[in-house]
Amino acid sequence: MSYAIEARDLMKTYRGGVRALDGLSLAVEPGTVFGLVGPNGAGKSTTVKILTTLSRADAGQAFVAGHDVRSEPKKVRCAIGSVAQKSGLDQAGTGRENLVLQGRVYGMRGRELGHRAAELLERFGLDEAADRTVRTYSGGMQRRLDVALGLMHRPQVLFLDEPTTGLDPEARVDMWSEITRLAGVEGLTILLTTHYLDEADRLTQQMAIVDKGRVVAAGSPDELKGELRGDAVVVEFDEPVEGAAACAALAGISDLRDVAVEPKVLRARADDGARVVPGVLSALEAAGLGVASVTVSRPSLDDVYLRYAGRSFSEADSEVAP
Amino acid sequence: MTTAIVESWFMMVRHLRNLMRQPWWIAISLVQPVVWLLLYGALFRKVVEIPGFGSGSYIDFLTPGIVVMTCLFSAGWSGMGLIDDIDRGTLDRFLVSPVSRGALIAGRLMQGALVAVIQSAIIIGLGMLVGATYPGGPAGVAMLVVCAVLLGTGVGALSSAVALLSRREETMIAVSNFVLLPLTFLSSVFMAQTLMPGWMRGVARYNPVNWAVQAGRGALTTNVDWVAVLTRLGLLAVFAAVCTWLATRAFRMYQRSV
Repeated sequence: MSYAIEARDLMKTYRGGVRALDGLSLAVEPGTVFGLVGPNGAGKSTTVKILTTLSRADAGQAFVAGHDVRSEPKKVRCAIGSVAQKSGLDQAGTGRENLVLQGRVYGMRGRELGHRAAELLERFGLDEAADRTVRTYSGGMQRRLDVALGLMHRPQVLFLDEPTTGLDPEARVDMWSEITRLAGVEGLTILLTTHYLDEADRLTQQMAIVDKGRVVAAGSPDELKGELRGDAVVVEFDEPVEGAAACAALAGISDLRDVAVEPKVLRARADDGARVVPGVLSALEAAGLGVASVTVSRPSLDDVYLRYAGRSFSEADSEVAP
Repeated sequence: MTTAIVESWFMMVRHLRNLMRQPWWIAISLVQPVVWLLLYGALFRKVVEIPGFGSGSYIDFLTPGIVVMTCLFSAGWSGMGLIDDIDRGTLDRFLVSPVSRGALIAGRLMQGALVAVIQSAIIIGLGMLVGATYPGGPAGVAMLVVCAVLLGTGVGALSSAVALLSRREETMIAVSNFVLLPLTFLSSVFMAQTLMPGWMRGVARYNPVNWAVQAGRGALTTNVDWVAVLTRLGLLAVFAAVCTWLATRAFRMYQRSV
């Protein structure tokens, strides 16, 4: 079968030696919502820039809607809609003017142009604000207009780069329902990037976890969670501990696996989390490690991330935070 | 090709419309050349009395200079709008669309040219009100405007190139401030070439601002030296073409660094 989006071994190093992509591959089936998930700086936006022909990979191949992004960029551009992280709205133009220009740029003319703009304004709840300049729009309204611009020319593939970042909770929920609605449109393939794991869990059928420029795990959210059998056990210490010491102390507990230690937090898995807690506590106490708290929970995508990237999501995110 | 022209037109309409929504911009860009014309006209009125100046009326001499200077400054600052488009992601939005890359530059230059024509017409009319005469007639006036527009196209393209390469308003402001006024004073906008120090005259020979002023002023005299005027017109056309080419190169460099 042919994929709506396919990338093979994409490599990209920016000037200054920052390696953004390090052999990233992915494949997206037509008509599905695909999530690219990872912390800031993982390479999600670079991937989108290459797939939307804005940027070029140093090596590797990519096909979107059946066209090679390198040798047939114009065909790719006609087939895709792209909603970037930076909105790119013309602040001095009205909502309608933004849509009309967008349509013109894609070759739409005449009556169809005006109809399509009006249809999208209504659908995204912007009809009352249609003839006000974008400067006067709220953040949520601007983001909805961004998505409307991406849909103006009825693309086959829609890229949404962090569509909910910076939105307030209410606007975020609105955007979620909009994306869910879009996913129902016949044949539309959506690739969205997000650094909210719960968002990918809720919206996507397939997802790929990206870390340091590569895909470290891919599958449906349920498959990925399913690979983690049992419960997550998280121990917080009073003060930072030696990872090796903590692991050694727990070596005798056979039900416990996937032990990972960050300075003040230890994460592990167990088939029956509650049952191992007493043993864990006494072993750590015997090793002289002061425990502040223990929690047991069902697996989440955070745990999936931890398992594949070898560090917790929030930790990875803060490594590159400005 | 036709698509590219149509798309340039759409882009030009967008830029013009956005300018029209900034009343302060309109007010300032109308008032500024007026102030220049009246201020410098009064300040330097007596320089025509210096032996060797070669013109009877300073306002006759100055008006073409102010037309060129106004176009130079508008064009020199035009890259600021592009930086705004880069910062907001608007440029990237158009770059992932099938729009012709040339239209993204041409639309801005066309808008600049149109504004330059309007500004020139206003200054020329105002010059007449305060006593300037144009013996070269309508043909001379048209030549002046064409020269000013060609200069503006070249400088506007360079300004876009600086915007694309630096992507910072601070750099843009520094470069424009550093370049625009010296270029003006190294030309015969205010002062007859014959009265410039020798080295300045030497520099002015290679200064496109001076080409535009000399050609425009030359075309407005009674006995036009068409060879001299058309030579400078040709130089200006080459200047505009080379700068536009440089801007497209800068565009590619921008895209490579995204």
